[in-house]
Amino acid sequence: MTAIPFTPAIRAPRLAVPAVTTGLALLLAAMACLSLSIGASGLLPWELFTRDLNPAERAILLDIRLPRLILGMLVGAALAVSGALMQGLFRNPLADPGLVGVGAGAGLGAVIAIVLGGVMPAAVQAVTGMYMVSLFAFFGGWATTLILYRVASLRGHTSIATMLLAGIVLGALAGAATGILIYLADDNQLRDLTFWGLGSLAGANWVKVWAAAPVLIAGLAAAPFLARGLNAMALGEAVARHLGVPVEAVKRGAILAVAAMTGASVAVSGGIGFVGIVVPHILRLAIGPDHRTLLPAAALFGATLLIGADTFSRVVVAPAELPIGIIMALIGAPVFLWILLARRATMEI
Amino acid sequence: MLLAADLGASLGGRDVLHGVEFEARPGHITAIVGPNGSGKTTLLRRLTRDLPGPGSISLDGVRLADLSPRQLALRRAVLPQATAVGFPFTLREIVRMGHEAGHAAHLPGIVEAAVEEVGLSAKIDGFFQDMSGGEQARGHLARVRAQVWQARRAEYPCWLFVDEPVASLDIGHQLQVMSVLRRFADAGGGVVAVMHDLNLTAMHADRMVLMAEGRIAAAGRPAEVMTDPLLSGAYRCQLCVNTAPPGGIWLLPQAARLG
Ligand SMILES: Nc1ncnc2c1ncn2[C@@H]1O[C@H](COP(=O)(O)OP(=O)(O)OP(=O)(O)O)[C@@H](O)[C@H]1O
Ligand SMILES: [Mg+2]
Repeated sequence: MTAIPFTPAIRAPRLAVPAVTTGLALLLAAMACLSLSIGASGLLPWELFTRDLNPAERAILLDIRLPRLILGMLVGAALAVSGALMQGLFRNPLADPGLVGVGAGAGLGAVIAIVLGGVMPAAVQAVTGMYMVSLFAFFGGWATTLILYRVASLRGHTSIATMLLAGIVLGALAGAATGILIYLADDNQLRDLTFWGLGSLAGANWVKVWAAAPVLIAGLAAAPFLARGLNAMALGEAVARHLGVPVEAVKRGAILAVAAMTGASVAVSGGIGFVGIVVPHILRLAIGPDHRTLLPAAALFGATLLIGADTFSRVVVAPAELPIGIIMALIGAPVFLWILLARRATMEI
Repeated sequence: MLLAADLGASLGGRDVLHGVEFEARPGHITAIVGPNGSGKTTLLRRLTRDLPGPGSISLDGVRLADLSPRQLALRRAVLPQATAVGFPFTLREIVRMGHEAGHAAHLPGIVEAAVEEVGLSAKIDGFFQDMSGGEQARGHLARVRAQVWQARRAEYPCWLFVDEPVASLDIGHQLQVMSVLRRFADAGGGVVAVMHDLNLTAMHADRMVLMAEGRIAAAGRPAEVMTDPLLSGAYRCQLCVNTAPPGGIWLLPQAARLG
């Protein structure tokens, strides 16, 4: 039997899973309190209980900060979990929906809905309603993931180079189509698009929460059911089948969950990259690659990271805001380079 | 009892298996031998439902096609010719995957016992990818053993399908692995093994199936298959079978020149 080497050069002793998970949960709670407390008005969340707030103050806490926090946690968790799912599916720690064109595909779907939504048949508008942007983003992401998997996988093994190159091509194609649509957009739509495209939670409100939350929660809830299958698929599709895993169902489930979560995230917050790479990578070093523990931990860590970045984005250039996508790229790009450099030693890119 | 009739397979648009009849019994080690490219791996992949194709296969009276992946995983484990591990799992985690696939509930001690059986206890909490090629091969054997740890269940025997289980092992570990397979068969399980080492096969197999060019060239007890004309014909070189006391058989490759 020939063993095919696949050795990431980064190794660290593992930490205890319960300790890490509990720590992440506490960190998330602390970060959520901090996020609710910070803002231009100087209001603190517990003032809701300690004194009578006027309607404007109540609105700041309950209709501005709270939906933004909830959306941030859900989007962060969804981005991190989609990254981990996609990496499991492709057996590769560099697969990330944002990086391999799935985000761009979802973005194209969202832009189609924003720009062409008004001219679509009334029936489509009536059925989809406030979910239209999410729905179109989902189909965009789903189609891209499907094409990518077809192109990059052969007999249960994924070529890393093919996956990344196909991702670049698909991303470029989606980007070009998006560009054409932007050309067609009117001034109002254009302002929406520009802000949205940089990746931000600034537009968060309860309507967006209600539009995105069911999809994001469904994706997050589906993820644990894929965990055992993804573990086995780390040994290849054939071995996973021999281990009793319904491989086709797991693949389909993972692709749907990734597309749903990426689509909904992109629809409400634009392109926020790197969460899906950074979070699973660090967690795999800390607690190992077992998806049964990795996926819940990634959800906690992703939520914490995103609301942390969002809080930072609100204070760093206050009273203005820095788009959160920029902050995540500043954190994520160096981590990605670090992974590349560490793996370069074994020449396995 | 594993029964297969009229098996065919085509790969890359070419028929590589032609009307193969195959049977193997629980309690036996059935070895498939033959030259490179003769279709051994392809036959094993047909028998384990890895590959679609014409023909019928039944395992202990049940049609293979009627079993779900989950039911199949309870009855038999498969060790392919090569398995790459995609993430930094530890040996313990890899072997536990096998154990959980073959058992409804986690039974304590089996993972450790399976690792002990292949002599890797010292590495159980090390990273799988950091082990040597031969150690990884034994690690995967521990994984499939943990999947069918009891060689028999109440209603049916369990099966091991292994493709070249000793290919990258030193002679000591070759013997160790063969005795792992032997014990499994003696406990009532069935073993189907693709082998290259004819001496080792003659020593350990109960039944040998010799393949050549996608067909069965001969099948029977080792003494029946290990004959000069059969082997020389299949491997296309002159081979000379010797008998050793007491009653063993060995092959002397150097004799090829002399013949
Ligand atoms: N994916 C494939 N596409 C096309 N032909 C294939 C493929 N896999 C195997 N073959 C061909 O099928 C035939 C049988 O291959 P198989 O792998 O079963 O041989 P084998 O007896 O296991 O050989 P080895 O001793 O080298 O492992 C060979 O001629 C091989 O070239
Ligand atoms: Mg072979």
